[in-house]
Amino acid sequence: MQDFAEAFRLAFQLVWQMDDELAAIIGLSLRVSLTAVAISALIGLPLGAALATMRFRGRGAVLVLVNALMGLPPVVVGLLVYMMLSNAGPLGFLQFLYTPTAMIIAQAILITPIVTALSRQVLEDLNSEYAEQFASLSVPWSARIQALVVDGRYGLLTVLLAGFGRAVAEVGAVIIVGGNIAHLTRVMTTAIALETSKGDLALALALGIVLLSIALAVNAAVMSLRLTAERTAHA
Amino acid sequence: MPDILSATAAGQQTDARAASSLLPLAVTGLAWSAGGQRLVDGIDLALGDGGVTVIMGPNGAGKSLLIRLLHGLLEPQAGQIAWNGQQAGEATRARQAMVFQKPVLLRRSVAANVDFVLRLKGRVDAAVRDGLLEKAGLLAKARQPARALSGGEQQRLAMVRALACQPEVLFLDEPTASLDPASTQAIEEMVRDARKDGVKILLVTHDMGQARRLAHDVVFIHRGRVAEHTPAADFFDTPASSPARDYLAGKIVL
Repeated sequence: MQDFAEAFRLAFQLVWQMDDELAAIIGLSLRVSLTAVAISALIGLPLGAALATMRFRGRGAVLVLVNALMGLPPVVVGLLVYMMLSNAGPLGFLQFLYTPTAMIIAQAILITPIVTALSRQVLEDLNSEYAEQFASLSVPWSARIQALVVDGRYGLLTVLLAGFGRAVAEVGAVIIVGGNIAHLTRVMTTAIALETSKGDLALALALGIVLLSIALAVNAAVMSLRLTAERTAHA
Repeated sequence: MPDILSATAAGQQTDARAASSLLPLAVTGLAWSAGGQRLVDGIDLALGDGGVTVIMGPNGAGKSLLIRLLHGLLEPQAGQIAWNGQQAGEATRARQAMVFQKPVLLRRSVAANVDFVLRLKGRVDAAVRDGLLEKAGLLAKARQPARALSGGEQQRLAMVRALACQPEVLFLDEPTASLDPASTQAIEEMVRDARKDGVKILLVTHDMGQARRLAHDVVFIHRGRVAEHTPAADFFDTPASSPARDYLAGKIVL
């Protein structure tokens, strides 16, 4: 029990002092996950908008597939990306394995379905409200998509925050394709896994506290976005 | 409105109209079914230039469907809609506008809602926008979020947006159904102004007083058919059809 309390004391001390190693791990985590979110936004938002506004054969099947992919297990994504990027794999020549780039790729694959499916929902709700008015005004397709994205901006930001939350907290994919190499590909979650198995609970806890704080901050941001949207009557 | 829409814009509109007006409208054998029910059941209708045509009838008679078909929002399953010989569709719809019972406003400022339409029509002009808002009594609220407006103001904004399209034909689907008398009066004022500018207006309403105040002719729809199409002067005193007679007498018409 004393060890436990001691671990917490040390953890808070580490966070407070924020030594270089800790800062580097947190920095890499944020860089990898934010980049992955940006990439998944570039792919997922247009896909979500297309699914929300277009009617085509097989649309139902695509929706089921995208919704199912939201639950992709990170280790499976890690395994697949590993196979693609390993020297024997089709993209092995890129030499991305065990680099932050590989981690970004894996996380982007993991959260693109989330961004696609959730933004599809946000935009489809909005589209069903606007559709008849837009038809009356003969709004061209591109302008319609643009209007939906602009008017759905608060909802879409919430979607991106959800994607970020998922990316920054996952460990399975980044540990396989990143390798958890110190000062190179070690992020918060992989460091926690390692330090816990080594018995260095203080560092693991310190990182856990930072991760929890980030989760809290993300949720607070989502909540305040929602309040802002309501206050300005955008909801 | 002439002082608001710049002289050139008004001139262009007159030119376009002179070139090929959308009117007269000729509807023949129009039908539309859903769920095995013929909701519009062989409508024949001829409308001339100008004025306010009021479309009345009990709920479910097919009034809203009719104007959606005329506006080209729905494809007729049978029959013809000819706007001066031109089939209803994309091209005719671009010269028309519609205001719905529940205004659909963008999640933006009042001004941005009008700008959106002006941009679509390729004539973004703050002066035109402010002039239209001024006329509707909304200029002071131009920067406010549109969806924070009262119900009456929202519908006025929807009217402004429709008028910003410079329509030749304006469809109004029960625009004052949920508004108080003052807001209703404001909308009716805008309708009268548009009519004076030569806009043909097709108004669906259940409000008998409103129909009396605005109508030049009345189309009474019953069970998906035109029960009668009568000049307003005759309709209210001596309706020709029995459903209209019952309706005007305050009887429940099903």
